[in-house]
Amino acid sequence: MAHGPAKGISRWLFTTNHKDIGTLYLWFSFAMFILGGFFAMVIRAELFEPGMQLVRPEFFNQMTTMHGLVMVFGAIMPAFVGLANWLIPMMIGAPDMALPRMNNLSFWILPPAFLMLAATLFTDAGGPNFGWTFYAPLSTTYAPDTVNYFIFAIHIMGASSIMGSINIVATVLNMRAPGMTLMKMPLFVWTWLITAFLLIAVMPVLAGAVTMMLMDINFGTAFFDAAGGGDPVLFQHIFWFFGHPEVYIMILPAFGVISEIIPTFSRKPLFGYSSMVYATASIAFLSFIVWAHHMFTVGMPVGGELYFMYATMLIAVPTGVKVFNWISTMFKGAISYETPMLFAIAFVILFTLGGFTGLMLSIAPSDIQYHDTYFVVAHFHYVMVAGAVFSMSAAVYYWLPKWTGRMYSEAMGKLHFWVSFIGFNITFFPQHFLGLAGMPRRYADYALQFADWNMVSSIGAFIYGASQLLFLYNVIATIRSGKRVSEPKVWEGANGLEWTLPSPPPYHTFSTPPEVK
Amino acid sequence: MDKSVRKQVRQLTLGAVAMFAFALFVMPPLYNLFCELIGINQEYTQYTAEAVDPVDTSRTVKVQFVATNQATMPWEFYPTVFEVEVHPGERKEVRYFAHNRTRRDMVGQAIPSVIPYQAADYFHKTECFCFNNQPLRAGEQAELPLVFIVDRDLPESVNTITLSYTMFDVTDRVPSPAEWVDPS
Repeated sequence: MAHGPAKGISRWLFTTNHKDIGTLYLWFSFAMFILGGFFAMVIRAELFEPGMQLVRPEFFNQMTTMHGLVMVFGAIMPAFVGLANWLIPMMIGAPDMALPRMNNLSFWILPPAFLMLAATLFTDAGGPNFGWTFYAPLSTTYAPDTVNYFIFAIHIMGASSIMGSINIVATVLNMRAPGMTLMKMPLFVWTWLITAFLLIAVMPVLAGAVTMMLMDINFGTAFFDAAGGGDPVLFQHIFWFFGHPEVYIMILPAFGVISEIIPTFSRKPLFGYSSMVYATASIAFLSFIVWAHHMFTVGMPVGGELYFMYATMLIAVPTGVKVFNWISTMFKGAISYETPMLFAIAFVILFTLGGFTGLMLSIAPSDIQYHDTYFVVAHFHYVMVAGAVFSMSAAVYYWLPKWTGRMYSEAMGKLHFWVSFIGFNITFFPQHFLGLAGMPRRYADYALQFADWNMVSSIGAFIYGASQLLFLYNVIATIRSGKRVSEPKVWEGANGLEWTLPSPPPYHTFSTPPEVK
Repeated sequence: MDKSVRKQVRQLTLGAVAMFAFALFVMPPLYNLFCELIGINQEYTQYTAEAVDPVDTSRTVKVQFVATNQATMPWEFYPTVFEVEVHPGERKEVRYFAHNRTRRDMVGQAIPSVIPYQAADYFHKTECFCFNNQPLRAGEQAELPLVFIVDRDLPESVNTITLSYTMFDVTDRVPSPAEWVDPS
């Protein structure tokens, strides 16, 4: 058995190495990020001015749908799985993932799924046009014929996520180095362990929802069809029973990343480690019992509205604990502002802002006003972009020197940060105003009074979009010609097993487990 | 593979399969049960004409009629009167008009909806074309009867009730409707 990687394309096709698969996941998710970003640019270009300029409304609907689907299932989720593959074995002192072949499979079924999903855009019927939440009957009775490809793609993505999660759970629970107890694990590993359990619990529910759709469309059942005794509202309940844990699936690993980066650049240990673990677990638990706050307008009984309202507000408590701990970690620390730290601080500020708007949306009576407006769009982009995506940028700058053995250019990194920070806020802050003024989401056109802020938002979106090309340039430039780093501990304040390995780490690491004291 | 890994993988896979089954086979009946328990989303409530008390002439309630076609339904379908005024407890008959303008025999099914929803429990249909599916021959037209009573216990706050019907095309779902009477 050779010790290095195989040569050529077969290295990537047949690899069972966690570092290779991590790299594949990261590049794939970046490609999807660019694709989903391109869809977003089409949306913002069309909304630059009132009236229809660039695309037909039918195509606009496909753009909003595909933007959401590609970003959620193609960009954010695989990006974190990529990070998990690269980092978890190195962080817990394991030689590889517990199930390396399944690891290969769970990656390689993803590209065909997205190819199939994206290909529907080129058919006469068009791609999915019912919003990323694919509410029935829009996605059943009134769906384009290509909806079957969409359903199949979702099934494959779900299978991939479930396999990846089983792998992560098995790795974390069985392959930790001697002496690494659960409460000594890095927080990134903790958050991913909890995320993996969430995924195993809810991805099958999503699979169930699309299976029912499939049967309603093709086999004459009526789960969601009122004419046959079903109920479209049932779809919303099932979807959000999956959907709310899903949004935490996309943010918990980000919490883990931030909890690694802030102590490093504050040169202090993380404040309140165990409370961080418990807060993460509480958030995960609460995510299962709050789903109907996405559907305050379906005509629930008042008791239901009140329950979901209070349960949702409860989530602010463990989340507040986390934000408090991050700030306390920075308090009186010897802080330096390298690019990962800038992204991490921006994460804390902007994610908290998004959390506050989430709290506003949780108030059932006022949600009836905010529901399905741009206020909601602004809210979830603050938590998903400034949350999940910023944390991914932070993670890449933070660990890239470890992965490649080369340092990125600090000046270019900071440029990327400031352009994306400013671009992001110009894009999404005005959307709060638009939403409060009553502009509904998912429309290709809008009333004249919304024109100015929409133009501002579109300009911001183009800036933010361009900043991601800067990111791509930075990563490639670092890999090709970055200054070599010699020491294992790239950041002097860093802690953790991955920083005891050489930079870049050899193809196989921790073949004999390290001793953790 | 390690024994404990194998055991864990088996458990986790089983968990995933169980959640899939839960979504498919448990959640829909659970939802219906829950709706039944808290009394929402129920199509009909039991009401017998014998229980009708004398008409409450001190109140007048406006009842409006609306008709909608499901997107692919080509029938002409509208109420013959758009609005009536009734006293609670009074028995009233109105008719909807339906015309199958196509060249094929079709079966329609009307689905009712009462607005405001607080009035739903107090609006009793003692005879309604929505109880059965409605077969119409190609080009055939019909007047569809509806008999209703507004309950005397209707909350004071409700002055207007809107009854809306959506006509669905269920031709493919009903292979041979009992009501087909061949004119020849």
